[in-house]
Amino acid sequence: MRSPRELVGGSPAATYPIAFDGRELPAQEGQTVAAVLWAAGILAWRSTRQGGTPRGAFCGIGSCYDCLVTVNGRPNQRACLVPARPGDTVTTQEGTGHADLAV
Amino acid sequence: MPTSPSDPAALTATTDLAVIGAGPAGLAAAVTAARLGLRVTLLDTAERPGGQYYRHPAASLGATRPEALHHDWRAFTTREAALRAHEAAGRITYLPRHHVWTVVPADEPGTWTLHAVAGHAPDETPTTLRTRRVLLATGAYERQLPFPGWTLPGVVGAGGAQAMLKNNLVLPGRRVVVAGSGPLLLAVAGSLAAAGATVPAVVEAASYTAYAPQTPALLRNPAKLAEGATYGGALLRHGIRLLTRHAVTEAHGTTRVEAVTIARLDKDWRPLPGTARRIPCDALAVGHGLVPQLELATGLGCATLQAPDGTVALELDAAQRTSVPGISSAGETGGIGGAQLALTEGEIAAHAIAGRPVPAALTRRRARLRAFAAAMAAAHRPGSGWTDWLREETDVCRCEEVPAGRIREAAEELGARDARTVKLLTRAGMGWCQGRMCGPAVAALAGEAPAPDRRPFSCPVPLRHLAALPPTEPAPPGP
Repeated sequence: MRSPRELVGGSPAATYPIAFDGRELPAQEGQTVAAVLWAAGILAWRSTRQGGTPRGAFCGIGSCYDCLVTVNGRPNQRACLVPARPGDTVTTQEGTGHADLAV
Repeated sequence: MPTSPSDPAALTATTDLAVIGAGPAGLAAAVTAARLGLRVTLLDTAERPGGQYYRHPAASLGATRPEALHHDWRAFTTREAALRAHEAAGRITYLPRHHVWTVVPADEPGTWTLHAVAGHAPDETPTTLRTRRVLLATGAYERQLPFPGWTLPGVVGAGGAQAMLKNNLVLPGRRVVVAGSGPLLLAVAGSLAAAGATVPAVVEAASYTAYAPQTPALLRNPAKLAEGATYGGALLRHGIRLLTRHAVTEAHGTTRVEAVTIARLDKDWRPLPGTARRIPCDALAVGHGLVPQLELATGLGCATLQAPDGTVALELDAAQRTSVPGISSAGETGGIGGAQLALTEGEIAAHAIAGRPVPAALTRRRARLRAFAAAMAAAHRPGSGWTDWLREETDVCRCEEVPAGRIREAAEELGARDARTVKLLTRAGMGWCQGRMCGPAVAALAGEAPAPDRRPFSCPVPLRHLAALPPTEPAPPGP
């Protein structure tokens, strides 16, 4: 089976784990949070405010805001732009990500 | 002038030219202007230059053949080398990870202040920069037309899939249908297949016979025809079917896409009864052309026009100047036309801004490529019948979850005749993306051509940055 890695050759400078909803996922240095999730076959990491339906990355360039996620406790980060850093904890974002405010 | 914690050096002098965007247009403009003697500051949101077209993996991802994912990679590498040389010589200040959120007149007449957010949350910092001239090279994002199931995980933008692949070396699935309209689909299908995905079909709503009336523009662009042949060859090599006059009218699945329904279309893009069939897949990459990204330009009051593809683009003169003195633009902002045109327009703009005559070869190349772009744009302009894909409960606005039925009610029963009134009545376009995704669809449902974007900020700005602006600064333009 071909892969993007085989297409472009080479290997990452570093691979480190990040946490996603209690799972450990391998991140390659230089990947965004959305890319680490896609690489693990995870396409949804948010549920919508009204319908509670699952969403993930859509536009891939920071325009659509569908990939919002909670990173290290901070909600509403665009997963397609935010680099995955060693030790990051990423959690599925429910609604606004501010359940504590009860809005 | 306010002080800037992130980049005090940028404040010490007024730069000759600020180029916003380091894609093909901005990159070409910056290196050309620097060569012609201007002091240039190049600001870009990404980590690396290249824009959406020449997106490529971070060095730390260790790709030894990034060119495998690109057409005409050398056009980029030669300009990136020039950028680095000018940077080393102090002629270009390159500021990656800087998102300019507004451009306003500065207190000294004839100069401009740029406000940017630098870096990523929670460490983002404010930056300001003063410049004599501004070149807007802010590019485009993808046009999306909604259909039932388009919010399912696994349904991704065609350009989005391409961006994630080029930037991060990841795929959304193993079996990916590519659908929508426009030449980008062919490139995306080729890239996905080369990277290991199975692409059962490219589903194109337009008919390539629509190019026939444009034969002169095609024949004047042999390189473009050769590029098309390259993509066609890639489809053949990977066994990808190209279905023209077809559309994905529904995506199926519960937690992620499992299949799509495709149907034949009439010439107005209306699905023909009895032609629907299912294609199993685990992802759908979809897009209907590109939309010029104009927030900064419309915030400044730059005049716009409707391009042949139905999008709003900037009105520009032969020297790439907008209607606002001191503000120029190049590339997709002046109408979608591709990377070669963007490179050419960037170089033209740089010559004009430097007060040099524009080489005739550049002017000729621009005319030729613009003619080709116009032919292509007209061929892929969405037909009015696409709204037949929608059901009442299909979400049109992804952010605010506003279904087509509510938008139709606003337009047909409550008398909303434009997207702005629809927005006020339904909240469509009022969410995080500020109508970037649903704007074209809402305008179509309201029975109007899309209006120019009016967004006071082009990206999220922390309130503390706004609060820290000194009172002498002119207020940002209103909505």
